[in-house]
Amino acid sequence: MVCLTELQQKFGSQIVESHFRDNRRIDITTSILLPLLTSLKTEYGFNMLVDLTAVDWLEYDGATDRFSVIYLLLNLDSGERLAVRVPVNLPDAVLPSVYGLWRGADWMEREVWDMFGISFSGHPDLRRILMPEEFDAFPLRKDYPLKGRGERHNFPVITRSGS
Amino acid sequence: MTDGRVPAGVSDGLLVWPLSMPLTPVDTLETPSAEREYVWTLNFGPQHPATHTTLRLVLTLDGERVLNAVPYIGYLHSGFEKLGEHLDFNQYVTIVDRMNYLSPLANEIAWHHAVEKLLGIELTPRCKYLRTILAELMRMHDHLLNLGTTALDLGGFTAFLYFFQQREHIYDIVELASGQRFHTSYTRVGGVLFDVNTDWINRVRKFIREFPKVYDEVDRLLTKNRIFVDRTKGIGYLSRDEVINFSAVGPVARASGVERDLRRDEPYLAYADLDFDVICSRGGDCYARYLVRMQELLESLKIIEQAVENIPGGPVNIGVESDMVLPSKPSVYRSIEGLIQHFEVIMPNRGYEVPREQIYAATESPNGELGFYIVGNAETRAYRARTRPPSFIHFSMFPHMIRNHQLSDVVAVLGSINIIAAELDR
Repeated sequence: MVCLTELQQKFGSQIVESHFRDNRRIDITTSILLPLLTSLKTEYGFNMLVDLTAVDWLEYDGATDRFSVIYLLLNLDSGERLAVRVPVNLPDAVLPSVYGLWRGADWMEREVWDMFGISFSGHPDLRRILMPEEFDAFPLRKDYPLKGRGERHNFPVITRSGS
Repeated sequence: MTDGRVPAGVSDGLLVWPLSMPLTPVDTLETPSAEREYVWTLNFGPQHPATHTTLRLVLTLDGERVLNAVPYIGYLHSGFEKLGEHLDFNQYVTIVDRMNYLSPLANEIAWHHAVEKLLGIELTPRCKYLRTILAELMRMHDHLLNLGTTALDLGGFTAFLYFFQQREHIYDIVELASGQRFHTSYTRVGGVLFDVNTDWINRVRKFIREFPKVYDEVDRLLTKNRIFVDRTKGIGYLSRDEVINFSAVGPVARASGVERDLRRDEPYLAYADLDFDVICSRGGDCYARYLVRMQELLESLKIIEQAVENIPGGPVNIGVESDMVLPSKPSVYRSIEGLIQHFEVIMPNRGYEVPREQIYAATESPNGELGFYIVGNAETRAYRARTRPPSFIHFSMFPHMIRNHQLSDVVAVLGSINIIAAELDR
């Protein structure tokens, strides 16, 4: 069981804990993200990154930040779960990559980059993964319309003579 | 970390190229230098009978040995998560169906499990048992196809046909319950679409009686089959640490010695009342994954048998006193309370109280942990509906697993991690 006071002593009091049903979450700031995750992995046994995802808060009442990135961790020995949430804001939507801690973060970070435009510094291969390379928007952002911006109808046509 | 090779004692006598890859991206191709002019590139997919779904691999080969594989995905990307932000909790179930289309009901159960956790709904005992039976039938459904097509790709046609016949029986059972064979859209917030009757129970009992015979036949066909064993043993090896580091779950992780099964570790539905074993292996190769799936078929059968015999009576849906659940059709047509309730749930400007909160809830789907991260925003639809797709996570390991194997092992490894492109791309 992670002790909140222990973490607060280590990283200052920038950690806020909350619960909902059986989910336990901690909210942190970007500056302590990597040291905190490293410490959770090496000292507290959170050896698996279950999921890495983001939420766009643009249309959410009362939200102060534009995005949150959520790291869902799991301690395989005790079965304990922990969600680590970190706010991200434009125009400088960059987080340190956790590829060095968990190889599984490779494609998850690529998906968050692809869908939300949050980039991860230190990721060795940050390319689009689901959308085509030439796509120039981030579809899961709330300011991107459900039906798209006409990309489907404006695909470049490669003809035999023109290629 | 090893390189997808079997660590000890295996030497194929060939040139040992990258024994330990430096920490470069798994997807980066090395530029072929002068002494590597013999390296050639093969495009595998996106339409290929052995991929079974729409995915593309660019393989760099030295003769028939795979030096590198670069997966390109997204051919079936259809914005499911975006749609989840625009459809309500009951409507989105039709989309969730189409993720892992080998086990549609397992996705539905996972989705509504997460929604019900967000809303704080406790299901009726009958519904819990019913969903458990369906979830296990879907596990068998998925494993039967996976095992069958793996055998098919490796040249064993008979096992494929035998297993597909059993899948037909499961289709019939599902059709009898929901009216649909494939994309059932059967679960609802707080329950299911219709209750099942004794005919259905008897059909499930008949399936339980008849399945072991076919299982034994296929077991005799494959498990000790020299060709099948040669093609799968020692192929696509993953150690326990690698599996954990790559976030893999489900049968893939259990075949590498990770003892984790959400049905036992975080019991949901009726699993806490039922007796079953978690199947693990230390093999870590394609053969171990095959064995784990085969054994899980029998465990699922055991669970279904117990659940069918002990299914409680009573209502299948939570009552009309909860304002979140769709009332049954008879009560909509015959009572004013039911009609009002139906109107309140269906109309877009009505609805019910949804907590402005975030939740992650997962179930053990046939492929592993299928979780949903839902953000509620006081509307009857999700503000954000993130899926944690096991196929996506497993496919990211593929370049690592296939490196230094033969070209013909590509299909064995692809089959053993059970990639479903619709879930991969969503």
